[in-house]
Amino acid sequence: MPENKGVSILTIFKIISFSVIFLMFQQNNAFANHAESAEQHNEHETSSGKFKPGEMILDHVKDAHDWHLWDWKGHAVSIPLPIILFDNGLHIFSSSKFEHGHAVVEKAGNFYALHHGHIYKTNEHGTIEMGEKNAVLNAQPLDFSITKNVFALIIASIIILFIFLSIAKSYKTRGKSAPKGLQSLIEPIIVFIRDEVVKPSVGHHYEKFLPLLLTIFFFIFINNLMGLIPIFPFGANVTGNIAVTLVLSIVVFLVVSFNGNKHYWKHIFMPDVPPALWVLLIPIEILGVVLKPFVLMLRLFANITAGHIIILGFFSLIFIFGEKSPIAGGGTAIFSVAFTLFMSVLELLVAFLQAYVFTLLASLYIGSATEEHHHSEEHH
Amino acid sequence: MELVLPGIGLTFWMVIVFGLLMILLKKFAWKPILSALKDRESSIEEALKSAELAKEQLSKLKSDNEALYKQAREEREEILKEAKQMKENIIGEAKKSAEEEGKKMILKATEEINKQKASAIAELKGQVASLSVEIAEKLIGNQLSDNEQQKTIIATQINLLKNQQANA
Repeated sequence: MPENKGVSILTIFKIISFSVIFLMFQQNNAFANHAESAEQHNEHETSSGKFKPGEMILDHVKDAHDWHLWDWKGHAVSIPLPIILFDNGLHIFSSSKFEHGHAVVEKAGNFYALHHGHIYKTNEHGTIEMGEKNAVLNAQPLDFSITKNVFALIIASIIILFIFLSIAKSYKTRGKSAPKGLQSLIEPIIVFIRDEVVKPSVGHHYEKFLPLLLTIFFFIFINNLMGLIPIFPFGANVTGNIAVTLVLSIVVFLVVSFNGNKHYWKHIFMPDVPPALWVLLIPIEILGVVLKPFVLMLRLFANITAGHIIILGFFSLIFIFGEKSPIAGGGTAIFSVAFTLFMSVLELLVAFLQAYVFTLLASLYIGSATEEHHHSEEHH
Repeated sequence: MELVLPGIGLTFWMVIVFGLLMILLKKFAWKPILSALKDRESSIEEALKSAELAKEQLSKLKSDNEALYKQAREEREEILKEAKQMKENIIGEAKKSAEEEGKKMILKATEEINKQKASAIAELKGQVASLSVEIAEKLIGNQLSDNEQQKTIIATQINLLKNQQANA
């Protein structure tokens, strides 16, 4: 066992050091792009005359209908993405038609306008009616657009497929010989997840859940890493989006619910307490069942979003002070760059850690639901 | 607030993309990767085990060899000892039998000598007797020509016989 632990620590160390090298390689780009991404929000600056860091950061962390690259001479340069609306029929058009929220799009007699990243049904002038507390009163069509996050998701999935299909091929062709190239980079991670995470948490029938848990791990890990690379087509906040983490935790919840054995369900609906207490305990148990995937969802979302916000926050400092005086901005830049470098390295650790934690907790959760109680009196 | 509300579009695409990714990876990636890993691990384990076994066997063989060598040496020594003893025995026996044979031969020779001696004595006795008879005849022939002498001889002879009888 101590040998195994040594190996796993070494594995983590390898992964981290690889990631650090990778980040150093990206660092030049990172600074250039963060600077650009802060600049691109000239929009905020020009519209209200002042740089609004909160708005800029939130716009970056949130989903968008086009992929903003930078601003050029007062105009946003962005990659248009397909808009898919379902509103009495399917409407598909390019997001460039909105002209970054300045134009109203007409489709089959309906008018659509982009307001703060959301598409609303409007009249032909694109009037947005505001209610109390800035709530928009306009109706929203069902929006299945390929947004920035969907696009990043697809890119990440293609990369994941490329990585794993290519190493699957090398496993097939190389047979029992030692791993090589990409295979030897990924193999320790696969073995780590299998031997240190899934096997001890799920138990002897772990092989059934291994493909799912490995997919979850690599999906989160690779999306986390890609979120840290600031150039197109990376840098989207995919794993920091609640919809993504929601689907991941629902998958875990469904797998647990469909594979939970009778002990698991008995523990929830007929706990080993006097029936008089069932009224109290059953709702608590049900709450626990829902809470576990809910916490999984929230943890991943919060960690990744927080990382993005902190990095962007340090960069905003440069522009906040830069507005006061260029010298203050330049001085702040030194500290901001240093802190962002530190945070980026930390985020690399978090990228791995959060993928690991999600997989570990999902494994434990599956393990507890499928555990075979030979002596049910001993466990509860 | 908007940050924590899942958008329907992204949720929909996430389900589709993740589902597809899951199915494709499970079928085309995890199956071959995990089975290859398992195969390799089991083959490595087997190889290690068989190496260990071979080592054990080798050491066993070595100790067996040593024991065998030792035994062979002991056996050799024993054989040598036995041979030595056997040699001694054979020599001893040969000596003994030679002695006995010699004794027997001596005995036989003595017997033969005695026999020859006896027969020689018997022959000598016969010759002496016939010679004495001849001498006696001649003597008696001379003496018996005189009567007087005849009578004295007879008388002395009878006396001699009488004495002999009395003595007996």
